[in-house]
Amino acid sequence: MGEVLGDAFKQLLANIQGYAVMSAQALANVASAPHYLQDLLDQMDDIGVGSLPIVLMSGLFIGAVMVLQTGSQFTRFGQTALTGDVVAIALVRELGPTLTGILVAGRSASGIASVLGSMVVTEQVDAMRAMGTDPSRKLVTPRVIAGILMLPLLTALNDFIGLLGGCLASVFSLRLNAVEFWTRAINALDFADIMQGMMKPLVYGFILTSVGCYKGLTVSGGTQGVGRATTQAVVVASVMIIGADLFLTKLALYLGDKIF
Amino acid sequence: MTTSSPQETDSPQGTETSAVVTFANVRIGFDEGDILRDVSFAVMPRETLVLLGETGTGKTLTLKMAAGLLRPMRGKIEMLGQEVSAMSENELLAHRRQLGFVFQEGALFDSLSVFENVAYGLREERVAEEEIESRVLEALRFVELEHTGEMLPSELSGGMRRRVSIARALATRPPIVLYDSPTAGLDPVTAQTIITLILRLRDVYGVTAMLATHRLQDGFALAKFRFDAESKRVVRLTEAENAASENEPPTRFMVYRDGRVYFEGAPEEFAESKDAYLQRFLASI
Repeated sequence: MGEVLGDAFKQLLANIQGYAVMSAQALANVASAPHYLQDLLDQMDDIGVGSLPIVLMSGLFIGAVMVLQTGSQFTRFGQTALTGDVVAIALVRELGPTLTGILVAGRSASGIASVLGSMVVTEQVDAMRAMGTDPSRKLVTPRVIAGILMLPLLTALNDFIGLLGGCLASVFSLRLNAVEFWTRAINALDFADIMQGMMKPLVYGFILTSVGCYKGLTVSGGTQGVGRATTQAVVVASVMIIGADLFLTKLALYLGDKIF
Repeated sequence: MTTSSPQETDSPQGTETSAVVTFANVRIGFDEGDILRDVSFAVMPRETLVLLGETGTGKTLTLKMAAGLLRPMRGKIEMLGQEVSAMSENELLAHRRQLGFVFQEGALFDSLSVFENVAYGLREERVAEEEIESRVLEALRFVELEHTGEMLPSELSGGMRRRVSIARALATRPPIVLYDSPTAGLDPVTAQTIITLILRLRDVYGVTAMLATHRLQDGFALAKFRFDAESKRVVRLTEAENAASENEPPTRFMVYRDGRVYFEGAPEEFAESKDAYLQRFLASI
């Protein structure tokens, strides 16, 4: 039993080390040639544009649901006008970034892991290395940078569409005035909220792409292994995003107090 | 049975010629134990070394170590005068551009067209676009697949994928090509086509080759036939050519068994061996 736990712990440490080395290398590659710009654009298209429908649809519904939930409570105190404030702060600070991160993790971390995993089991990654290409530069860096660049943009759109959904629910369900809703929502936000909301997706984009790449490139066990890696990529990336959220929220609140 | 030392040997002209590839006391293994122990051999310029052995005896590992895709646990590997086993990954990336590697299943990039697959190595070397086009077409013409440039690998048959893989390996005109079971899983006619291409590559371009296979007939085909550039046909070596070829860089067999080099020598030596294990191999043809 002790030996099994010891082996599992060693394996965990080896994975953490491997992940850290791969991630650091992926970021360090930005500073030196060669760069694969076309691959970066392809990944930005895949992660950014490809994720747009699910992010926008989810944002619309989440914003509407939040209004219905908070509105039902505010109605008891006759304060339904505050709905815009609450939805704006919750969406921009927390729900927008985190939900976008988890949604894109579900789509892109799994996609990255399965593509890279398939390339590993069919020896395409070895073929790449045999032709003098560094897989870290060609496969990992473009995906990680695309994730870092795209997540804040997706989050901003998610926030906006979420507020739009909230506005629609306010108007049709709570009979609020649309102008009042938007005025209160915008006034409720200050720069620290925006900063918090835009800082988190930078980290989430890095997490979900790097985890996808690591799980994909360390596949073993043929096609079954690819399936396992795909599942693990989504699970690990989602848990890491939620875990990182705690620390990022604390950091953002601290910085918000100190700076703004 | 002989084991050549990985040193310089006499060239056909009688001058000293450096080996293209040398393995000296190489050992590699994984969690399950050693796969190869104390393996030493050399491959001379224009020579074809046929690596034989049962599944899991380390043939592919040998090729991957030669290309620097895997590192030995012990020993020294040199290729084209450079110590591969001591290079950093960045040095290896540059070094690998000097060799061609044909993987077992082709390992074509499935998101790229056939043209782009063959052009890949040239683009990595920053070759001019006009030259890329002519060299890719030349390589595809060599494997008689010039009409497939726009197709994706998934649209090709298994044999065609291997041929594209050979085209991709030769597009950069490497002095050495490593073949990992290039005929595995192919029907006899398609396998013969692949062997013909390997013969052409050897006899037209003069490349040095290491070929891992469990098909003995592939090895004998490389030893007994040559590609005649004039008639553009594969012809059997005549007695006179056979005698003359003793001074030429030959096709040599090397058999792995239990992690060691069990046999190393000429195909004729292999065929005439009374060793029971080699006899079993011969009987499997």
